[in-house]
Amino acid sequence: MFKIDPSRLDVVREFKARPFGEHSPELQYVLNYMRSRPVTQFEVLVMTDPGKRWVLAYMPTGGVDVPKMTNQTFDRLEDAEWHVFKLRWKDITGKDLPID
Amino acid sequence: MTRIMGYADRISVQPGETVAVMASCIGAPRYRAEIVRLLNPNAGMGASDYKEVRIDTPANASYPGREQKMHAGSFGVVPAKRALEGLRSFTLQAYVWPTTPKKGQQALMGLWSEAGTGFGLFVGTGGAAEVRIGGFRLSSGVPMLERRWYLVAASFDAESGRVRLWQEPIYDKTFHAERPVAVDGKAKASLPDAGAPLIFAGWRKGEAEAPTAWGRLLVSGHFNGRIDRPRLARKALDRAAIQALASGRLPSGLEEEILGFWDFARGISSERISDLSPNRLDGEVANMPTRAMTGHNWTGAEMDWTKDPGQYGAIHFHDDDIYDCRWQTDFSFTVPADSRSGFYAAKLVADEATFYVPFFVRPKKGTARSKIAFLASTATYTVYANNRARFLSMRTELYQGRISMMDAVDILQLEFPEMGVSTYDRHSDGSGVGFGSRLRPVTNWKPHGRLWNYCCDLFIIDWLEHVGLGYDVITDDDLHAEGQDLLRPYKVVITGSHPEYWSLEMLDALDGYQRQGGRHMYMGGNGFYWRIAYHPSKPGLIEVRRSEDGVRAWDARVGEYYHQFTGEYGGLWRRQGRAPQVATGVGFISQGFDACSYYRRTEASLDPRVAFMFEGVADEILGNFGVLQGGAAGLEIDCVDPALGTPPHALVVARSENHSNTYILVAEEVNVPHGAMDAVQNPAIHADLTFFETPNGGAVFSTGSIAYAGSLPVNGFDNNIARLTTNVLRRFVDERPFAMPT
Repeated sequence: MFKIDPSRLDVVREFKARPFGEHSPELQYVLNYMRSRPVTQFEVLVMTDPGKRWVLAYMPTGGVDVPKMTNQTFDRLEDAEWHVFKLRWKDITGKDLPID
Repeated sequence: MTRIMGYADRISVQPGETVAVMASCIGAPRYRAEIVRLLNPNAGMGASDYKEVRIDTPANASYPGREQKMHAGSFGVVPAKRALEGLRSFTLQAYVWPTTPKKGQQALMGLWSEAGTGFGLFVGTGGAAEVRIGGFRLSSGVPMLERRWYLVAASFDAESGRVRLWQEPIYDKTFHAERPVAVDGKAKASLPDAGAPLIFAGWRKGEAEAPTAWGRLLVSGHFNGRIDRPRLARKALDRAAIQALASGRLPSGLEEEILGFWDFARGISSERISDLSPNRLDGEVANMPTRAMTGHNWTGAEMDWTKDPGQYGAIHFHDDDIYDCRWQTDFSFTVPADSRSGFYAAKLVADEATFYVPFFVRPKKGTARSKIAFLASTATYTVYANNRARFLSMRTELYQGRISMMDAVDILQLEFPEMGVSTYDRHSDGSGVGFGSRLRPVTNWKPHGRLWNYCCDLFIIDWLEHVGLGYDVITDDDLHAEGQDLLRPYKVVITGSHPEYWSLEMLDALDGYQRQGGRHMYMGGNGFYWRIAYHPSKPGLIEVRRSEDGVRAWDARVGEYYHQFTGEYGGLWRRQGRAPQVATGVGFISQGFDACSYYRRTEASLDPRVAFMFEGVADEILGNFGVLQGGAAGLEIDCVDPALGTPPHALVVARSENHSNTYILVAEEVNVPHGAMDAVQNPAIHADLTFFETPNGGAVFSTGSIAYAGSLPVNGFDNNIARLTTNVLRRFVDERPFAMPT
């Protein structure tokens, strides 16, 4: 089974540069792994200003409950994707990304 | 925190007619309502500035806020009848198929009330069958398994106080270690409450102050699962008599004992439940449980319930079924005679909370105010109503390619799960949701939030407003009811960004229109895909059976592919000889939701037949911009396929390319799964901008992409997609006939 290689920062840079659209097979594997691993809660975005502002929130896995809101807001969806990617990278590898 | 939500009694209203609005307002003493006409979506960057037109009407006012409750959960009910009065001894029995035996106490059938009076059959806390007589309980002690048929029966003799309970698994070809169980006990009789109805799949909680799904009856202890052949006798029967009662035919020799001998295989398309006993204790179901479900005796030899209803005698009840909230009306709006046709809504505002209650104003029946009609996809909107699954799992990201998104109105659905879900969801017991209803608050019909369906169609309305040729709005509900007569006055019919769900009546009407010179602009993707059945009499209720294959949120169980409402075979139109390519030239090929792409013009775009389309459009690349993820081609896309019905003379004038990894071949295109099913590797995945002529001077233009609509408003409609589309509209509205190529 595929596992994320924490040394593959090239893949990280690829995602940061282009979170949406065509990805290399390696990056797609990383994203699929992140999105399908078992978690107790997962990230969602709550749109507070249509098409302009989003708040990071968490939903429980396997239940019906309102999202738990955070103080983290975004003006661009790309920024939200990058923020969540970094959170997940650390959660999976145990390491902070050396890329802002 | 203040909450406001509501719904309308009608989806399509003519000038002079009245639409009633029901609202529930929690946390504010009053709320404000305004009737507005919607002109575009509130879509942010790249889209037109959001605007709505306030309609001058006395309905615009402040109203007292009050909470109106939603009572989810389906059940069956037999109204109180003299035959049910004074029952002390009894036998209750049914075949049952529990789907959540461990969820907690659930009532199977009986005359038991929450006050602790009467008697009934139950699924106890641990999943074992149980009989209750007043406060007395006797359990089989053996938990039942999920999705397995059992005969459950209980008899009670009031004189001796003897109670007996049976729980017997039914042979189903699987291997289980279960054995039949029978247990005994002693109890005192408990008379049911006077006037109490007999209830299936729930117990009587009491009476509500306002209407509920059935009168004012409050029901609790909803059972998840199927019930087949329920019976009631006025005496304690022995096992042999119980077996006789469990047969499909009324047994001889038990006439004095039998009180109710219900046959759920009768009236499957209706809400009626029939008692074959001499007492005729007929009843009805409430909140739309699912019928035409395989029963305890289904052999697998028959797949069509209409051919052998006796094998389809099960009703599947769910604790989250809901059809009509039956709220009381807050206010009404009578559409002024001179009103423009369009997308309308009652905008409800309480403190910081806002909720739109949409409806459509159409022209008076038999008339048209324009040569152009926009057909609002109300069938598809209804099928999608309250789609919750998309933000309940991170796995949504696997096919969306992005983090799931919601807004404050979506969250209402999580705060108030009793408002029910959509046919894109599963019930709480994991079974697929087969009904969509609009007679409840709907969180995804609004001009903001996720840009999908209703919201995306407002891009097309925005463009029609910009072009200024006028337009009428008509709806799927109108089309289903009125057929081709609805379309006949129009030179051009525009279908929306995602007209996915079609009844036979709708499809036949469109086919007739296209064959008689009508012009059709299909402005979307993944249209004309699933077959649906409208309920023949209940408004705003649509059924979909997700049979065989297709891109689907759940799959219908084998043997349950035929609609309950009509007996029609369900599933993809493609599987019924009417693939989308027949009507529009194109059909569903792929979906992806991370990024949208563009079209590249083809050699065919130079054909003189389509010269009108490209006047002022010199670009080779079309739609490499858009509000919907940056391109005109994407989200759900369609392509031509002559084998599925694309006319031989159809011209693909532009074809999309460069779709991302999340775009995968749809299931019905894959017989043998392989490693090259994404758009990066598979050249079959593309959207085809397609044109062809039809008989009697008609023509069809198809975009084959949901995202297309989101490119129209970019740069103030000064772009090649808007220009090309406007060219098509102007030519299509022109009386000059198109000639079929020879």
